[in-house]
Amino acid sequence: MSAITTGPGPGNTSVTEAARNRHFGSLYSRNVRAVVARGLMATKSSNWMVMLSGFFEPVLYLISMGVGLGAIVGSVQGPGGGEISYAAYIAPALLAVSAMNGAVYDSTWNVFFKMNFAKLYQGMLYTSLGPLDVAMGEIFLALLRGLMYATGFTAVMGLMGLITTPWAILMIPAAVLIAFGFASFGMGITSYMKTFQQMDWINFVMLPMFLFSATFYPLSVYPQSIQWLIQAMPLWHGVELLRQISVGVFTPATAVHIGYYLVMIALGVLLTTGRLRKLFLK
Amino acid sequence: MPELASKQTPPSEASQKDATQSRPSSAGSPSATGAPQYVITAENLTKRYGDVAAVDGISFSVPAGEAFGLLGPNGAGKSTTMKMIGGVSQRTSGNLTIMGLDPDQNGPEVRAHLGVVPQQDNLDEELKVRDNLLVYGRYFGLPMSYLKPKADELLEFAQLTDKAKSKVDALSGGMKRRLTIARSLINEPRILLLDEPTTGLDPQARHILWDRLFRLKEQGVTLILTTHYMDEAEQLCDRLIVVDKGKIMAEGSPASLIREYSTREVLELRFGSERNATVGAELEGIGERLETLPDRVLIYAHDGEAALEEVSARGLRPVTSLVRRSSLEDVFLRLTGRSLVD
Repeated sequence: MSAITTGPGPGNTSVTEAARNRHFGSLYSRNVRAVVARGLMATKSSNWMVMLSGFFEPVLYLISMGVGLGAIVGSVQGPGGGEISYAAYIAPALLAVSAMNGAVYDSTWNVFFKMNFAKLYQGMLYTSLGPLDVAMGEIFLALLRGLMYATGFTAVMGLMGLITTPWAILMIPAAVLIAFGFASFGMGITSYMKTFQQMDWINFVMLPMFLFSATFYPLSVYPQSIQWLIQAMPLWHGVELLRQISVGVFTPATAVHIGYYLVMIALGVLLTTGRLRKLFLK
Repeated sequence: MPELASKQTPPSEASQKDATQSRPSSAGSPSATGAPQYVITAENLTKRYGDVAAVDGISFSVPAGEAFGLLGPNGAGKSTTMKMIGGVSQRTSGNLTIMGLDPDQNGPEVRAHLGVVPQQDNLDEELKVRDNLLVYGRYFGLPMSYLKPKADELLEFAQLTDKAKSKVDALSGGMKRRLTIARSLINEPRILLLDEPTTGLDPQARHILWDRLFRLKEQGVTLILTTHYMDEAEQLCDRLIVVDKGKIMAEGSPASLIREYSTREVLELRFGSERNATVGAELEGIGERLETLPDRVLIYAHDGEAALEEVSARGLRPVTSLVRRSSLEDVFLRLTGRSLVD
């Protein structure tokens, strides 16, 4: 009757489908894949060069610090007490950092731009999509990128002879877990940001975390109080988790590290969804 | 109750239609025979931001297939009303039903029926022209087998077929606008929301756009449009409400509003910015009504030429004079004491 052309009017079918599938009211329409597909298409056509540079960054760190500095440092004590080369010591930490950086870049700067300049989310939310679809889709894309980086970096570690146990393959999913924690939080935090100056605060938090989270030397060099502070930060848990996995040494602390990220993910998704709802459905 | 029924209805085409058609009548009068099928019903719709009422208790109903306009200056509450219809802004109070559904409760379902053309183009600049349509269709959960031919058809409709593989930022302003409209049609919406559709376009681009909108109307799509251009409202709208400060000032067809609130013709006189304010007293008694604006004086009269002769007879020499027919601009001025475009 009101159709523009002949055709089945699939819009109508999706209405009923959405009604049957809904569990989160106006927030979710079970269509995360459409947001993901959009992200992949956009990546294909424009910004794959940016992605490539993100892969090389930790590799360059590994070569300069691991090989260069490692020649002076020699071998160090790894998790479980065994002697490992300095490169093998910092490689899992760099992987954790790269998972963090990739996820944070995707969920902060990228989201900031899409939210405030491209008005992408406004367009999306005028369709059947809900804020939760958009948030989950963007986080999934960040994780996909994290997965690619982690796989590539682990392969480089293998080529450099830094992998000594099959357990090391588990660094890949663990890196994705770390990325998930940062991505879910990053997007929620970005929603508070209004200007580029505020966005710079993110770097202000990230850089010290990168430098001091037992990335290049063990935590024991710090006084006790500083150690506690660092242990409260997410990156330290990521570094320790990957370092343990890289040599196949697991302790009760492993569960704590994983638990830390599970809680971070849960809180982050909650925060992000709440913020998106507030921003776009006000 | 109607919402419940729709959930139990299997997703077949026929029953879907029944469900949507029965909703407005069950919400309105029980005897539906002959009564218009309202696709939008707003009762006392209110939106407050803190103490400020952006939309202050407006009521209107739009039957299927109508082109319905919201005319008013910037900040009148037009866009806020549009957002509430789309379910992307929650109303503070009042009732609102779109195709029998409450957009606050059933946002995704309501938006599946809607096409939205926002005030500022928000095309996906990272995607090519045709991909913009495909990806947007995916947001509605539509299958590619449907979207591919539909995208080509819409590109044809928007006269953008030869731009299918172009980047979005290579398009002109008018082309972007047409692509935004094509995009809003991807889900075959029954209601098309257009927020200031031709703002910022040159005259030729506006006319092309108006032509496209006419065609949609002919095909039975309900058009809801906001504008602060009275010529646009007169061209496109069957019926409109004049809104100011969140309230409805008047409602009716463009012609009936002009008949009711203005004279047949208007004489516009310019005496120079110094004189305009003081000349009023000397013009007293000419025409039915006098309106003094900073840049000109308007005399509302049934016969504009006769009024102009009278002005000359009184020995007044305006710098320029113009006789024209009354427009919605005059209606708005009469109702609010202010002009539409500041």
